Amino acid sequence: MSAFRDTSVAPIIVKDLVKRFGDFVAVDHVSFEVARGQIMGFLGPNGAGKSTIIRILCGLLRPTAGHAVVAGIDVARDPEAVRQRIGYMSQKFSLYRDLTVEENLRFFGGIYGVPAAELAERIRFAVDMAGLAGREKALVGTLAGGWQQRLALGCAVLHRPPILFLDEPTSGVEPASRRRFWDLIHTLAQENVTVLVSTHYMDEAEYCHRAALINQGHLVAIGSPESLKQKALGGEFLLLESEALGPTLTALQDAPGVLDSSVFGNAIHVLVADAEKSLGELASYLEARGLRPRRIARIAPSLEDVFVRLVATDTANRRQAA
Amino acid sequence: MKLRRLKAMAVKEVLQIWRDPRSLTIALLMPFTQMFLLGYGVTLDIKHIPVCTFDREASQNSQALLKRFEASQYFTITRNVQSYSALVSAIDRADCKLGIVVPPDFSERLSDLGTTSVQAILDATDNNTANISYSYALAVVSGYSSDVQISWSSQQGRPLQLIQPMVVQARVWFNEDLDSRNFIIPGVVVVIMALVGAQLTSLTISREWERGTMELLISTPVKPSEVMCGKLIPYLVLGWIDAAFCLLIATQWFGVPFRGTILTLFLTTTLFLGVVLGIGYLISVLIRSQVGASQIALLVTMLPAQLLSGYVFPIDQMPILLQKLTYLVYARYYVTIIKAIFLKGADIPALLSPIMFLLVYSLAIVALAARAFRKKLG
Repeated sequence: MSAFRDTSVAPIIVKDLVKRFGDFVAVDHVSFEVARGQIMGFLGPNGAGKSTIIRILCGLLRPTAGHAVVAGIDVARDPEAVRQRIGYMSQKFSLYRDLTVEENLRFFGGIYGVPAAELAERIRFAVDMAGLAGREKALVGTLAGGWQQRLALGCAVLHRPPILFLDEPTSGVEPASRRRFWDLIHTLAQENVTVLVSTHYMDEAEYCHRAALINQGHLVAIGSPESLKQKALGGEFLLLESEALGPTLTALQDAPGVLDSSVFGNAIHVLVADAEKSLGELASYLEARGLRPRRIARIAPSLEDVFVRLVATDTANRRQAA
Repeated sequence: MKLRRLKAMAVKEVLQIWRDPRSLTIALLMPFTQMFLLGYGVTLDIKHIPVCTFDREASQNSQALLKRFEASQYFTITRNVQSYSALVSAIDRADCKLGIVVPPDFSERLSDLGTTSVQAILDATDNNTANISYSYALAVVSGYSSDVQISWSSQQGRPLQLIQPMVVQARVWFNEDLDSRNFIIPGVVVVIMALVGAQLTSLTISREWERGTMELLISTPVKPSEVMCGKLIPYLVLGWIDAAFCLLIATQWFGVPFRGTILTLFLTTTLFLGVVLGIGYLISVLIRSQVGASQIALLVTMLPAQLLSGYVFPIDQMPILLQKLTYLVYARYYVTIIKAIFLKGADIPALLSPIMFLLVYSLAIVALAARAFRKKLG
């Protein structure tokens, strides 16, 4: 048994995981690992299967095929042993709204078996973390969204779990609170807590050590934000500003060295094989066609660029295959 | 099962009950309203039957007879009419259940022939009431008849000797006044306990599903048995409180005798609560919406408890098939027990067989409920 719980083994190992609901394939042969103390981000559109994978890892759903090993324990075989070692925040807020802050914390402290001697200190820690000092007696239902989410995180870490699953913890929370929430996640990771967190805010992937992009139940890309940007696109980005967006976009389709182009706000993002080379070429190419771009510049793509493009090509490929 | 988790669960449930006006209303107000509603509403005693008289003779004799009806606690004369058509319309409008018609030659036939007749017209839409009114009317008329006979004999100077070869010396046991309330109120207690018990627990699991708290709860190490016991214990205590309310109302307000011991009542009530709370919990596990669960709980507890428990409708008068069916109705055993405790003062040895039935029933339901709750989504 002790070999199973070896700390050198990755806390989360997913291998060929499949989950079907009837004919619908929610998770399609997904494999990945998360190392100790790492923050792994799950990104993808709604209904991509992010929540399903997290629920399987928490032992709430039984996988159709494949393996999910958490803290060295096969979740399908012994979900109860896993539950003692994880903290979970579900997508829907699931603390008791008709209980006060303190009553919720006491309840989860009791349920997780936090030793009575430690409980008071843990509750103080969670209250401070959520920024709820002085509001311990407030009914949870009366708190604003950001506080509720931080309290939910406080409840999830009350028993010091080494592994944390957070399913869209920042959805519906205002930007300042989201930022603060990510600071909390980083503090936990520094204490060697392994965190798997899903989000549909693409920009939040930048806060993760690694990010996995999930689309229609399968893993499209995985890696650190930097490596994803470089590798996944197979090219570099140029920003092109022009008075005539439409004609320019049409002209770009046949331009040499251009792999893809799409409108972003009032500019065009152009994916090219070689940025240095295209920077000079494109200006003359467009001028020859009577289009005078106001500005062409090299830009670092955001993860959003990367994901939008990856999801679009992946969806197209899958449609073709089907 | 860990005491720590069980306690956390129970404390949480108590806090939620305390803050949820719906649970508290069901738990504390229902026994009162139901007790008074059913206690007064359901009665098998027929008194003050409305009577309409049509005195076609209007003599001293005919008036003396009708006075007898007036004097009886079973009848109340609501109207005196002067024609058959008025009598018919009074019955049609349900102004009376019984019409007494005294013929115009009532006194004449009595003095000439020594016998005479009166007509009774009965509204038999409710045949039970009609039957009972008829026998009460018969008793009033024959009472008058024998008085006439006695006074007649004494007028003729030969005192009458009424000879009765055999008489029944009846001793009515347990409900000495033959007051149907004494028989019905203990049964009402059973109906209330069944109703309230299952209603309360039918909401506890479905509420967690509806509010989205279940997903987090099942991701914790809490065991199904701890969830069940933690949720049932607070409701068991509420059930005891309700039972005490019912006992107080029954004895102090309705004056029903209580001849058993509180201990016997407490033990058997706990068993019965085990069954109904378990049924409510089981429904709550199976039906994930609060409204649905509460409706089904109402259906499976109220109907059998009202109709097949023998609380008003005697089981041995039912068709054989229905009689067999009542063995499945857990309320039937508690009705037997409660009536015996209240009226006979029965102790546990005397009630062993219905207690065993309840015990088996409650263990089976609780085992079933414990197994039904799975810590899985979907």
